Amino acid sequence: MANIKTEEYPVIWLQGATCTGCSVSVLNSVSPTIKNVLVDEVIPGKHVNLRFQATVMAGAGELVIKALEETWKAKKGGYVLVMEGAIPTKGDGAYGSIGEDKEGKPVSIDSRVENLGRDALAVIALGTCASFGGIPAAKPNPSECVSVGQLFKSRNVTTPLINVPGCPPHPDWFVGTVASVLLNGLPKEGELDEWSRPRAFYGQLIHENCPRRAYYDEQKFAKKLSDPGCLYELGCKGPVTHADCPLRMWNNGVNWCVACGGLCIGCAAPGFPDLVSPMYAKTADITLPNIGQRVV
Amino acid sequence: MGKIVIDPITRIEGHLKVEAMVEGGEVKEARSSGTLFRGFEIILRGRDPRDANRITQRICGVCPTSHSTAAALCLDSAFGLGGSIPDNGRLIRNLILGAAHIADHILHFYHLTALDYVDVTKVAKYDGNDTTLNSVKDFIERGELGPFVPRYEGDYRFPAEVDQQLVGHYIEALRMRRKAQEMCAIFAGKMPHNMSIVPGGVTEIPTVDKIASFLWRLNELRTFIDNVYLPDVLAAAEFYSDYFEIGAGCRNLLSYGGYELDGKDPDLTRRKRLFKQGTVSAELKLGTLDTGYITEEVKHSWYEDSTSGRKPTQGETMPKEGKSGAYSWIKSPRYDGRVYEVGPLARVMATYLAGDEKVKSIVDPALAKFKAGPEVMFSTLGRHLARAVSCKVVADTMPGWLLELKPGEPVYQEYEIPEESTGMGLVDAARGALGHWIEIKDKRIANYQCVVPSTWNMSPRDDKDQPGPLEQAITGTRIKDEANPFEIVRIVRSFDPCLACAIHVITPKGRILGKYRVS
Repeated sequence: MANIKTEEYPVIWLQGATCTGCSVSVLNSVSPTIKNVLVDEVIPGKHVNLRFQATVMAGAGELVIKALEETWKAKKGGYVLVMEGAIPTKGDGAYGSIGEDKEGKPVSIDSRVENLGRDALAVIALGTCASFGGIPAAKPNPSECVSVGQLFKSRNVTTPLINVPGCPPHPDWFVGTVASVLLNGLPKEGELDEWSRPRAFYGQLIHENCPRRAYYDEQKFAKKLSDPGCLYELGCKGPVTHADCPLRMWNNGVNWCVACGGLCIGCAAPGFPDLVSPMYAKTADITLPNIGQRVV
Repeated sequence: MGKIVIDPITRIEGHLKVEAMVEGGEVKEARSSGTLFRGFEIILRGRDPRDANRITQRICGVCPTSHSTAAALCLDSAFGLGGSIPDNGRLIRNLILGAAHIADHILHFYHLTALDYVDVTKVAKYDGNDTTLNSVKDFIERGELGPFVPRYEGDYRFPAEVDQQLVGHYIEALRMRRKAQEMCAIFAGKMPHNMSIVPGGVTEIPTVDKIASFLWRLNELRTFIDNVYLPDVLAAAEFYSDYFEIGAGCRNLLSYGGYELDGKDPDLTRRKRLFKQGTVSAELKLGTLDTGYITEEVKHSWYEDSTSGRKPTQGETMPKEGKSGAYSWIKSPRYDGRVYEVGPLARVMATYLAGDEKVKSIVDPALAKFKAGPEVMFSTLGRHLARAVSCKVVADTMPGWLLELKPGEPVYQEYEIPEESTGMGLVDAARGALGHWIEIKDKRIANYQCVVPSTWNMSPRDDKDQPGPLEQAITGTRIKDEANPFEIVRIVRSFDPCLACAIHVITPKGRILGKYRVS
């Protein structure tokens, strides 16, 4: 069992302006289970060694900040940084900090992400907040939140970045992205789209695979929530949102947003929530069908 | 006087820092502060009121359904729908909230709390045939122990055999909480962040296959709650029984109750609920809830003093960083000017004192094991026991709601958004009393205020200098080993803090009070 040398992949998972929903979603992973991810060799011979993850880790306080900083120094260029949540930049860390420095001064989230990001092998921006800013960056963006990509651009960090948006992201999108890096290394040319998303999960519009698509084609629209029919007239953002929810479904495949009659609010889209609001009003000014094209 | 600073407090939702001033091995003063600001109430202003149901869920990914429920009740009342939600809609809301609470309580006990009591490394000596425990043993032998190490060292009291069993339950509980989220998604669409709960009811139509699929997940969870979760809480109480005397706190409890048994009264504070609303005093007297007594005070928070003591409907947020005497961005919600703790302890004790047979039939035998009366519920262990009781009561009630569902009948009531209106939604979230208030002008959100459980529990001193519930619970505690302050983290986690909730409008950083640090 443990006699063959296992390769350890150190991971630092930081949380910024987040609701922790991405962590909770990843806990819902089915195959592999979260136990498989944490304890077992998630790919034969390879183990994800989660050095820092505030929602599950045993330790607290200086103890875990020390573990974080030791991983940063000892595994330079060899660890993966997972960033959950947007990054508040207002007031030099006043709106978000993680732990303290040696003088007891809070260390801002933006400086943590910049420094840990610069020395990482790769960065996974997990969820819409980390990928595009999301809800914390919604108007009027009170804490001046930015995405990982925006922060890296402004601070000249060039570490490879993979965006895995969704509010929350499906656990398969995260686990699949990690497995792909463990098996095949960093994404090759063409595997990510212009928003740095894996095409494997975000290659098609919700609308392209929607089980209510036939209603759309026949112009049979639901008049009120809980009705059968296409939900487009009620505000569904499936026609402008790239994700494979209709095929993959959620929570072990039991349901998903449109199937429950609740429509798609575009939570994985780069403009979420401002560009897809109001959520329950028909999307204006788009030409449909727009299959296979990017609509931003 | 020395100071223990714990930043970050892990295994909670959000970013929390706790400072405890220690003298002669005893905490003389405690302060809690959050370290993240997002500003949800500011972001909500000017938006379509219906979007509040989706956006407020994103305050917290651990308890989104509670926010969604509070927002739906708040919008129901603002849209004039109070009392006219179809029964199917009311029942499905209960089932979604119940499933989410089960997931949340199991997550809290095993994955957020247990590692303060359970020593995972004892599995290294396991010599049985359980494949799960052997896989953990392999993991330990490989030598890279993150995220289970580093940790505080010392006070792990379970014998190896009990410890190994509890590690097995930790892993089983990962599967069970996932199953509870799947059960939730059957009617909620997905989890976290449901799409089904909306003003007017829900969007998901009940069908017999969904009912059966929900029921059999629920049966499996009930077996787990009865045979694993509740017994494990009692096992913890056996080996750590001193925690019935540690972390009592303010001994005033406030519950909004929850799970509507009859949705017909337009006034939601008068509807019959599974968990009772009300206040509980140190003398275990049940009082009537009057939402008019709720105010938010800011003397020790970085806000203009002129905004202190206001009711949530007139709430205003005027930051004044660096205000003299202030040390937190969390406001201090108070009830009739006094400090109140909220949470499963409050809703279970309110329901217990209202004479509810079901709650008494679980609480009394559990306490009898320790030859204790209900007064010991004001404690670290009392909070864990109440959480397990709350979980069991909901889980045992849910099959009845499932069977009440009528496939084919409506789940949703249509409405017009009014030009101007106000609304209030109150519900006990997993972590306690949650209130949403809305003011609508020109069919848009003019003001939205959330007073959430962790704001009550993590609040700083108020206008009368009374410390908040968590601060009171830590103060006076004897710390055996300042380098490994188990007592503090065990007390903090017994409240199940949700800082993303507590600081949805608030909080930059805690100030540094002293120089002594424990490393």
